[in-house]
Amino acid sequence: MSRFIRQLCATLALGLCALPALAQLSLLNVSYDVARDFYKDYNPLFQKHWKALSGESVELKQSHAGSSKQVRAVADGLEADVVTMNQASDVDFLAEKGLVAKDYARRFPNNASPYTSTMVFIVRKDNPKAIRDWPDLVKPGVQVILPHPKNTGNGRYTYLAAWGFALRQPGGNERTAQEFVARLLQNAPLFAAGGRDATTTFMQRRIGDVLVSFESEAELIAREFGKGEFTVVYPSLSILTEFPVAIVNPVVDKKGTRKLAQAYLEYLWSPAGQENAAQNYLRPRSPEILKKYAEQFPPVRTFTVDEVFGGWNKAFPAHFKDGGSFDQIYQKK
Amino acid sequence: MRPLFGPGRLLPGFRLSLGCAVLYLSLIVLLPLSGLVFKASQLSLAAFWDIASGERALASYRVTFGASLLAASINAVFGLIVAWVLVRYSFPGKRVIDALVDLPFALPTAVAGITLATLYAGNGWIGRYLEPLGLKIAFAPPGIVVALTFIGLPFVVRTLQPVIEDIEPEVEEAAASLGASRLQTFVRVLWPALLPALLTGFTLAFSRSIGEYGSVIFIAGNMPLISEITPLLIISKLEQYDVVGATALAVVMLLISFVMLFVVNGLQWWAATRHGTGAADGAPR
Amino acid sequence: MSVPPARRRATAEPAWLRHLLLAVGLGFLFFFLLLPLLAVFAEAFAAGGRAYLEALQDHDARSAITLTLLVAVLVLPLNICFGVAAAWAIAKFEFRGKSLLITLIDLPFAVSPVVVGLVFLLIFGAQGLFGPWLAANDIKVVFALPAIVLVTMFITLPFVARELIPLMQAQGREEEEAAVSLGASGWQMFRRVTLPNIRWGLLYGVILANARAMGEFGAVSVVSGHIRGETNTLPLHVEILYNEYNAVGAFASASVLALLALVTLVAKTVVEWRLRREVRMLSTALPSEHN
Repeated sequence: MSRFIRQLCATLALGLCALPALAQLSLLNVSYDVARDFYKDYNPLFQKHWKALSGESVELKQSHAGSSKQVRAVADGLEADVVTMNQASDVDFLAEKGLVAKDYARRFPNNASPYTSTMVFIVRKDNPKAIRDWPDLVKPGVQVILPHPKNTGNGRYTYLAAWGFALRQPGGNERTAQEFVARLLQNAPLFAAGGRDATTTFMQRRIGDVLVSFESEAELIAREFGKGEFTVVYPSLSILTEFPVAIVNPVVDKKGTRKLAQAYLEYLWSPAGQENAAQNYLRPRSPEILKKYAEQFPPVRTFTVDEVFGGWNKAFPAHFKDGGSFDQIYQKK
Repeated sequence: MRPLFGPGRLLPGFRLSLGCAVLYLSLIVLLPLSGLVFKASQLSLAAFWDIASGERALASYRVTFGASLLAASINAVFGLIVAWVLVRYSFPGKRVIDALVDLPFALPTAVAGITLATLYAGNGWIGRYLEPLGLKIAFAPPGIVVALTFIGLPFVVRTLQPVIEDIEPEVEEAAASLGASRLQTFVRVLWPALLPALLTGFTLAFSRSIGEYGSVIFIAGNMPLISEITPLLIISKLEQYDVVGATALAVVMLLISFVMLFVVNGLQWWAATRHGTGAADGAPR
Repeated sequence: MSVPPARRRATAEPAWLRHLLLAVGLGFLFFFLLLPLLAVFAEAFAAGGRAYLEALQDHDARSAITLTLLVAVLVLPLNICFGVAAAWAIAKFEFRGKSLLITLIDLPFAVSPVVVGLVFLLIFGAQGLFGPWLAANDIKVVFALPAIVLVTMFITLPFVARELIPLMQAQGREEEEAAVSLGASGWQMFRRVTLPNIRWGLLYGVILANARAMGEFGAVSVVSGHIRGETNTLPLHVEILYNEYNAVGAFASASVLALLALVTLVAKTVVEWRLRREVRMLSTALPSEHN
């Protein structure tokens, strides 16, 4: 028994010792969940860059989970120096709480989004159901797999992409758009728990004829399930997904890491940072680097959330808040 | 024989043990939960009612409580059999199987959900045999019951095991020597001894199921009004940064569970007292 | 009702029933426990044994395992003390409000894990009740070890008490009363009479609480902050790997959790075996107390 108590004390002491270790120069990047590969490659690049610039070595810590869960954590006191998210509505929430600058989108180039992606269709090998564009997704007998449209980032982008497509058709208006989306949702046999779960459902459980997902995720799917197992189809029009980054002001002021945080995010736009994005199948902002990787990024017509919906702060309440267009679709029945 | 004093008067440690228990309970459970109620009280009564009695919310209560009740009942029946088999019979591999019973706790709920969905999907190890029969389990309400049965199983088995181990063979032998059949022995002697633990196990499995989220969302399909559980609606509120709305739903669930647990515990206490007197009459000492 | 033949032993089920129960019980376990476990291992070894081992040697995986064990070690002793104290008061004494107390002990099970995490954020988070005070004094609770321990305490609170209450109730008060009336002190009574009587229940309770403490995902996920190598517990690590399209790593880590749970069971078996031997030695040395 006393040995057990001794061990317990030792573990406790160990736990306490771990706290002062935080004192060295470090930066916590709170990010969404599929960004790990990107930052795993990016962080060493930046560490080298910072060492050359200032002679200091810096510890870079990563936190990854669902995007809006992460910003809630930051609002509740998770001490992130920077946030790198996959949806502007999440950073908007932090701006509202006064944790990031109100005009965070203008603090960095390109809407503060160092790279972009778009929603594409992933269909079975050789496309047996001949799915080419959005209207094929609402045909009877086609099963569409997508993550929960109200609760997940991927799902929301899919929802808005379909909505925007319908709106841009001849004679398209809010009513026809809602009808189109409702028909699409009727073809969904289930709402997956998240992007990854949707992929597993489609690839491994072989449910559905088409999976709507980020272009960048197609590469991850290929890595896990093999390239020959599916075909990527680019619709005639899709949504441009942006990945905004921002500095968390109270934290960098308290820790004295503002310069470091600024440099960390700015370096995302450097040639090395942009090249890293392309290697992770995210479309770089730099035209030269996009050209260099043109083979892997076929041209695609896109619209942004700002263009069609007037920004996330309008799109979110109109479609995804309680009583929004998604809820209306399920109340009519 | 019973002591002449009031029940338990002879034994020490009442104040100490009760004091410790209540203090710990207050700090770890009551204080945090009061924070929840406090937050929800920021809503006006009308707004609270709106959230709590919406069409989707009502449907989700039905799904959540219905599936939990079904799963706990399945567990009560099969858990009793499993516990009995594990304690009373010997067969090869018994230790390993005994160890497996805790598995649902050790696996992160998400892993359980993903694994079960894969098993019960149309091309899964189990689903491929059920689908041709017209039984759709994964991504339909039965999937929720499967996940909750998995989650709740250890409660019933582990609550019953020590009690079955504790039943002295003398009691059964006495009944047998008095000419009781096995069925009679079970009904008259064993069942009353098992019932309180069985009810406890049922209650625990049931209450655990009500709150379960991680495993269910992967197998439920999450269709509004059909396979949407209440915890998913809470998450949905949180995704909209509506913490107050989320706490409102959480408080409703808390109240319903509290009342149900209270009733079951009352029942159980009643059963235990009855059994106490029954045993004293039946088993001469 | 006809009286059964005197020879027939009524302390065991007839053979057909025994086989039926065995088949039903084992069949149920096969479908609900064994197959999922096999599926986890099948996924973990999908890319071969080397990939499995590599996944576990990852620095983040190892620190997640350490943190998970640390949390369990911190939570269990407190949980045992609470469980024994609560069960003693409830099972051996009559008092008003007992049903209420039992219900409150059950309550943590019924609270959705996500809500548990939320509740602690409402109290200790930056926008919570004590948040500003904690921030002013530079005390970290949420998104650090203390909050992970707190939510795990909440989640596992009922286990030991709930295992012990029905057992101690079934055992009644007579033995302890005899000990006390023979002049034993409270502590002696507890060690010599109560503890040996409840040890199996206690062990089961601890095993369950331990498994749950190590496996908890939802509540911990809300308060952990997911900082890699720092506040990521093993279950969180599993989910993150899965979401990152690293299924082998995810299921390998999940299989470690399953194995950790099996370890506690092995420990139980060893303890059981040693106790049995002890009892046998005692009963050969002393004349039987039973008559």
